[in-house]
Amino acid sequence: MATVAVQVAGGSDGIPLRLKLQRVEHRRTLGAFTLVLPVVLFVLIAFVWPIGRMMFNAIHDDTLLTLMPRTTSALSAWDGKDLPNEGAYAALVEDLKQSWAQKTTGVIAKRINYELPGAGGQLTFSARKVSTVSAGSYKAALIEVNPLWGQHDIWSVLKRGHSAYTGYYLLRSIDYQYGAEGQIVASPPQNAIFRDVFLRTFGISLGVTAATLLLGFPVAYLLATLPARTSNLLMIMVVLPFWTSALVRTAAWGVLLQDHGVINDVLIGLHIISRPAELIFNRVGTVVAMTHIQLPFTLLPIYSVMKTISPSYVRAARSLGAGPFYAFWKVYFPQTLPGVAAGCLLTFILCLGYYITPALVGGPADQMVSYFVAHYTNEDLNWGMASALGAILLAATLLLYYVYNKLVGVDRLKMG
Amino acid sequence: MTIYSRVAGALAVTGLMASALIEPALAGDQLTIVSWGAVYQQVLHKYVFEPFTRTTGIKVTEAVYSGEIAKLRAMVESKTVSWDVVDAGSNAWMMCDQGLLETIDWKKLGLDRAKFGDAGRFDCGVPGQFNSTIVYYDKKLPTSPKTIADVFDTKKIPGKRGLWKNPYPNLEWALIADGVPIKDVYKVLSTPEGVDRAFKRLDTIKNDVIWWTAGAQSKQLLADGQVVMTASWTSKEADKQFGTMWDAAQSGAPSYWTIPKGSPHLEEAYKFLAFAGSPQPQADLTREMPYGPANKDAMALVDPEVLPTLPNTPEHDAVALHMDQPFWIENGDELRQRFTAWLAK
Amino acid sequence: MATFAYASLTEKSWYYLHRLICGAVLLFLIAPILVIIPLSFNSAPFFTYPMPGLSLRWYHEFFLTDSWQRALYNSIFVAVLVTLLSTVLGTLAALGLSRPNFPWRAAVMSLLISPMIVPVVITAVAVYFFYANIGLLNSYTGLILAHTMGATPFVVIAVTATLMGFDHSLSRAAAGLGAPPITVFFKVILPLILPGMVSGALFAFLASFDEVVIALFVASPEQRTLPMVMFSGLREQYSPTIIAAASVLMLFSILVLTTIELLRRRSERLRGIT
Repeated sequence: MATVAVQVAGGSDGIPLRLKLQRVEHRRTLGAFTLVLPVVLFVLIAFVWPIGRMMFNAIHDDTLLTLMPRTTSALSAWDGKDLPNEGAYAALVEDLKQSWAQKTTGVIAKRINYELPGAGGQLTFSARKVSTVSAGSYKAALIEVNPLWGQHDIWSVLKRGHSAYTGYYLLRSIDYQYGAEGQIVASPPQNAIFRDVFLRTFGISLGVTAATLLLGFPVAYLLATLPARTSNLLMIMVVLPFWTSALVRTAAWGVLLQDHGVINDVLIGLHIISRPAELIFNRVGTVVAMTHIQLPFTLLPIYSVMKTISPSYVRAARSLGAGPFYAFWKVYFPQTLPGVAAGCLLTFILCLGYYITPALVGGPADQMVSYFVAHYTNEDLNWGMASALGAILLAATLLLYYVYNKLVGVDRLKMG
Repeated sequence: MTIYSRVAGALAVTGLMASALIEPALAGDQLTIVSWGAVYQQVLHKYVFEPFTRTTGIKVTEAVYSGEIAKLRAMVESKTVSWDVVDAGSNAWMMCDQGLLETIDWKKLGLDRAKFGDAGRFDCGVPGQFNSTIVYYDKKLPTSPKTIADVFDTKKIPGKRGLWKNPYPNLEWALIADGVPIKDVYKVLSTPEGVDRAFKRLDTIKNDVIWWTAGAQSKQLLADGQVVMTASWTSKEADKQFGTMWDAAQSGAPSYWTIPKGSPHLEEAYKFLAFAGSPQPQADLTREMPYGPANKDAMALVDPEVLPTLPNTPEHDAVALHMDQPFWIENGDELRQRFTAWLAK
Repeated sequence: MATFAYASLTEKSWYYLHRLICGAVLLFLIAPILVIIPLSFNSAPFFTYPMPGLSLRWYHEFFLTDSWQRALYNSIFVAVLVTLLSTVLGTLAALGLSRPNFPWRAAVMSLLISPMIVPVVITAVAVYFFYANIGLLNSYTGLILAHTMGATPFVVIAVTATLMGFDHSLSRAAAGLGAPPITVFFKVILPLILPGMVSGALFAFLASFDEVVIALFVASPEQRTLPMVMFSGLREQYSPTIIAAASVLMLFSILVLTTIELLRRRSERLRGIT
């Protein structure tokens, strides 16, 4: 009936309803786009573009190509089987001399050290001595200066340097590396740490997210159902920690959790334990401190969604004979899911990026990906490694987000 | 209607305020000097920066960093260097090696390089102060540590130890504790067996170590009783509160006044380096900081009362471990990689 | 809990258990703060009990040192502008994204939240190079924009969550009754999404107010923020001034929030009378 009426109304100005509806729909979509556009442009220009350039470092490295041009080009013809020919050694001598004069040996050595730990120092040593090498047999002379040049793998690294692109950093981030013949092999066990680190990062983040949800949901419910005068005062307690810097809060956990800290003193005083429990500089301290910082981030979105839920639904369910728990679980809880999803998403993602807190209250085995990213960026100046770790973290997280969206996604929630 | 105009007004004001605050370009006769902040920088301000401005008329803008050399690299690579002089610590060698610092022309500087001894061998900076890494311990301990071997002996002195989360000086200390004489440490450490030996020794106390990254942390750990002893940098406050052990204290790694490559105030920066390396300000600093002057001429000007607290007195020097910077620049990458992985295991 | 009088025993015990749990969680939130505040009166520069003596020197330092006061001003100034900008941008985006049938929603959302995922150190270096190109280094504008980028996802996520349960027929009804879109927004949508916006704005404020890594890279001494001052000097000794600063800020926020609550009660009462 209604359709007929509309059709009649639509027909009066001679334009078919289908077209009109399409236009309205089109305008709506356009309107929605216009609303999102400023942020998208902002993020694209001020974030995606700079980050893209930075993360390019994960696959792009022209150190050897630009600083050892002769050697890398001489090696492009090398078959990679035996040691290279005399020409390559002559090119190497020239490149080393030049690098010594231009003070770029340090940069080359550092790059070589990533793939062949220790070889960089030998390269520096050779560069210092190379002025004594005279024409003739460069090959024998260089091997005489340093046996490094009689080994196959250094030449393999230099040959790969002919390309400005390298898979080394990404491989290393998942515990693989290039072998002596340029094939991909597993990293030696003393260097293979990153798969553990990624698993640890996702594990800790998941644990903290679950903890904040368990602790935050009941409080959000209380705050949303109490009368405003009480809930607003309790809300002050929730947002108060926001005003203390992360540094102060980690210091506070130090005071509470250390061997002679408040908690251990109380537990010992009550004769619950006889010697201090180890609560800090390990996983316990990390998770407790992170949960504390993240709790408001999970709690507040849940609370703000609960505030929009009309109490009449639960009342209706109750009056229709549903028990309190049934009504809560079947009627109230599904409506809170958008808040739960948002809060958990926020906390999980924020947890992935933690490094200052675990550094201050965790042990060495609790450091997460971001710690290594910070270490490589700021202390080691190994931006290739930092970018590779960051790129893998980003890709893995977006993949997880996609799956999460499919499971508890926007469209699913509607049907709740 | 009023609410829209209010929102629009607020936005307009926001925009105006933001654009009005874009900074004017920096003026000429001044220098931006970066150091580590807190009390140390206040002392620098009093005894180095202010006297420098008084003598030369060059204004000093102070900035603070926490060793983020990535920022320095970004500055140099993008040619937007806004730091003219950087107070560099153990990171100086890496920055120099990576070509981020100006090579110092000592003739232009007008200082006698020989006055700085071994520390003067560095190409990219003027040595400032020596600050040893020593062992502080709880004064209430029944047996106080006497040698570095005691730090590695959890039977003799039970309890946790605080160590710097860094390969140096821990690898050296592990070897010394394992019986290697101080003078041979670097010889042993340059062999693969020596490195294995050091890590093996560190393995024996791995579960008893709390690794700190910031100096403040180490002293807090000791004050809390969370550790019974800790490696740390010398400070007045800590000297008062804790016991000190100077055996195998790591010295020979001074702070350096360095100039980032591409500093727009190179002339003024040279003037500052010449001033900061001269004996008087180096000696004056010791009045409030237990750091030793790197310029040997400054020692004569130091107040005899504070002399014993300085790291580079003959008594302390005799038992010290002199850090071999060239060794670390050549092997640092490899050892740091291995140390990082060792810790994460 | 209106039906409490008729509630069964299990329901009653659940009620008390719930209160107990909430009390414990609130204690967990507050305990570290309660424990640390007294240490701001410690006469020694350590965060350790028992305190050797009491002193106001850290408050003295916070209120009378130029660098702390300037940092406080900078932090508040930057964080307030960041909150305004990101709340407007983020709310607009959330409104657009929550329209039914918005195409590529998941992709756009992924794009918008990615600033939260990339490790902040990488962002800091990347933003440095970007600003070096466009001349925004060492400026308030640069710092505010960088923080806004990090803060906007918080608003998007928080507001989208409240819009999820939003019944779009309400806004259609308002529009059908002749309200222009802006009136629909302020009269119908805004009151419903306000809790989400407030949460988002709070997160955005914090994302700027507590941020140190990006600030270290893009700010000059002129724009030094509170966290930058707090994190400096960690090489030597902790300074209880950071606790003094936190205590002052908390006291201030308690005063503000209580005042707001009292005003709200007053207006409620007044409305009740008329």
